[in-house]
Amino acid sequence: MLLFLVKRLVTMLVTAICLTIVVFALTNLPPNLEKIAKSEIGTRISDAEVTSWLDKNGFGAPLLVRYGEWLGLLPGWTRTDENGVVYGRCIREGEDPATAPIRCGVLQGEWGYSRVFRQEVADVIARGLGLTGKLMFWVLLVMVPGALLTGVLAGMREGSRTDRALSTASIVATATPEYVSGVVFIAVFTSSAVGLKWFNGSATSAMDDATLVNFTLPVLTVALYAMGYVARMTRASMAEVMTAQYIRTARLKGVSFPKIVLRHALRNALIAPFTVIMLQIPWLLNGVVIVETLFNYKGFGWTLVQAAGNNDIDLLLGVSVVSVIVVLLTQLISDVGYVFLNPRIRLA
Amino acid sequence: MEPMTWTGSLGFVLNPLLLAGGVLLLVAVVLSVLIRLVTPEPQVTVSPDGTLAVHPGLRSYTSLAVRAAGALLVATLLAYVLGGILLPWGQAGIVGAIARRFLPVWVALILTFTLSIAYSPHLGLYGRLFDSTVGKIGFGLVMFWVFTALSVGVFGWIATHDPLAAVSGLKNKPPGIPVPGVDLLGPGSHYLLGGDNLARDVFSRVVHGSWIVVQIAPIATCFAFMVGITLGLPAGYYGGRLDTAISFLANLILAFPVILLFYLLVTPEIVQTGIPSFMAAGLFIFPLVFVGVLIWSRYRTEPRRAMTMLGVILAVMGWGYLSLISQAGTPLAFMGPVDLFDVPPGVLVVFVSVVFVNSPTVFRIVRGLAMDIKTRDYVAAAQTRGERPWYIMLWEILPNARGPLIVDFCLRIGYTTILLGTLGFFGLGLPPESPDWGSTINAGRQLLAVFPHPAIVPAVALLSLVLGLNLLADGLREESLRD
Repeated sequence: MLLFLVKRLVTMLVTAICLTIVVFALTNLPPNLEKIAKSEIGTRISDAEVTSWLDKNGFGAPLLVRYGEWLGLLPGWTRTDENGVVYGRCIREGEDPATAPIRCGVLQGEWGYSRVFRQEVADVIARGLGLTGKLMFWVLLVMVPGALLTGVLAGMREGSRTDRALSTASIVATATPEYVSGVVFIAVFTSSAVGLKWFNGSATSAMDDATLVNFTLPVLTVALYAMGYVARMTRASMAEVMTAQYIRTARLKGVSFPKIVLRHALRNALIAPFTVIMLQIPWLLNGVVIVETLFNYKGFGWTLVQAAGNNDIDLLLGVSVVSVIVVLLTQLISDVGYVFLNPRIRLA
Repeated sequence: MEPMTWTGSLGFVLNPLLLAGGVLLLVAVVLSVLIRLVTPEPQVTVSPDGTLAVHPGLRSYTSLAVRAAGALLVATLLAYVLGGILLPWGQAGIVGAIARRFLPVWVALILTFTLSIAYSPHLGLYGRLFDSTVGKIGFGLVMFWVFTALSVGVFGWIATHDPLAAVSGLKNKPPGIPVPGVDLLGPGSHYLLGGDNLARDVFSRVVHGSWIVVQIAPIATCFAFMVGITLGLPAGYYGGRLDTAISFLANLILAFPVILLFYLLVTPEIVQTGIPSFMAAGLFIFPLVFVGVLIWSRYRTEPRRAMTMLGVILAVMGWGYLSLISQAGTPLAFMGPVDLFDVPPGVLVVFVSVVFVNSPTVFRIVRGLAMDIKTRDYVAAAQTRGERPWYIMLWEILPNARGPLIVDFCLRIGYTTILLGTLGFFGLGLPPESPDWGSTINAGRQLLAVFPHPAIVPAVALLSLVLGLNLLADGLREESLRD
């Protein structure tokens, strides 16, 4: 078990490093850097000015060296300006260069500075994660019971009319991407054309104060897509359990149907959906990006779009590290949890 | 000219009928659920003469009522379509006019269904699809969009206006608005589903959008399958280090949030550096490798035949491949006058990123299937016979993995459609005036609360296509499990 955990953590680390190198390389391509320089000092500058600006701001070094600086393995760059003042990556404004740390990267806890938000990356991401966490909490609260109930009801009598109706409903849910359901929800529940106006089409106010009016639609939109998928998996797992020998034995013994479902089938049928729900969380992240953009809710997904759209290198790197950790951590939890739930499985 | 109403003169008769049908169906469904909860299950009694008798009681009446109400509803809907086709233009309202514009699609659908059902016993899995209701509905939805795309893309039917042309004064106007300056009542006289925020016809744009989706999604899925199969079979069959290495790469791509990947690949600055072109060169070589190995592994013992087949097929495919990756205006433009075609800018990038995102998942599925199938006896028999590994992979394992792969192919086309929509939703890849559904939804969402129709129409179109593909996959799965 311990060996397994260590192995997975090492894989996680290697994946995160590979991924950040890719993101770093793509965001630091020459045209991207040129765009940064132009957005910082104006669009009408010559190529020579671009090069000198890039060099002055530490973009001149080779890619891997700068990646090392970002990671905190190599010392940060320093330059001296015309007045003889020493400035650099690790020297804050007004700080004495002599006392400033030599290395400042992720390993030292410095995530860099976001050019779009004019803030520390760590602060931007922490705020975004907090808001998205709130959204995810409500999404899971709606999705998990809803999906499990649908799946169990559909799977307990395979082929019945309830099964067919609920299965079709879950197929419809999985076929509706977030941007479609979100658009339909906004049009139906908020527009003046339909006239219901029950909810808010924007969730900006939900960031401070989430109410039923401004938070229902985003939560519902994210939950719906994942709900269909999890419900189908639960149904399949439930249907499989219901054909097992011990269920037949219980039925022949004369145990009532509700009792069979609740006491004998349910516990075994819920093992597989647990994995599915955990693995679904990274996918929810995708939906979150769409929903936060659509409803203008300034969480992690919205931050990702802003960072990517403006090529905010440090913020993008931070965002990718966080999302990779989320993806791999949920995988790990689902694997380990599976072992605890299902005693037939052993980790090598 | 008068604005068109939704149902025109047909509405006086059919609207009440539709309402009645809907209400009746709802009541019948609620009743049947309630009665199912209250009454016991039908008892089967054995008569003295040995026959069985079932006394269904109330349950059968409620299910009869559900069916009757459903039939009324379907008949009314059919009447709208027929009325639209038979009555003069405009008499049957917007619904009728749209039904009439889709006439080629209805004809093609009816022909397909009649022929397929008539010959279904001889058509294998495809024929058995028509035994399941879900499969039929899914197939119908998918073919509806395929025929629509072909009609509009190849023949220029169905659409009433140019999808890119604006008519001044029709910005965000509601459905059924007459086009100013057109006096003749006919297909061009109204914006059937209203105008969008740039005063273009929503209906024509949606119809034209289907052509883009129907072209890109299946082909991109095909390429993703080629990549996934070519890498997944050896990874599953050999296992070991090769498997570890490719799996690590696949997991690496899967750990990326899809939208971040899209932003990184599709922004103009990246396109300028030519990275997508190089990725295209890498990804699109897989079909050539696949077909080459497929033929060579089969006809290895007859070198002359194998060489001729390989030579001809690879020459044709190679030319297509080189034309595809060589694009004027990118770092990879080397073909010059022998370049057969140039994919429009943006499309190739979208294509590459969608294939790139889909391949790792296909790889994982194929790898899992290969690991499962390689333990079977017929693989052991082939190994004993002395067959080469690639022959076993491509001619023993792959054909036996076809069931799950076909089902996943349908699902994946749907997923690719969703991805294309996502790209459009973030305004990536295709040019903003492109009529594809994602871009149209993106353009329409700014004023969603005031003018919902420009975004709703493409959203419903996308939903129906993806739903059709999912239902089709479900029907196929059901039927292929019966083997």
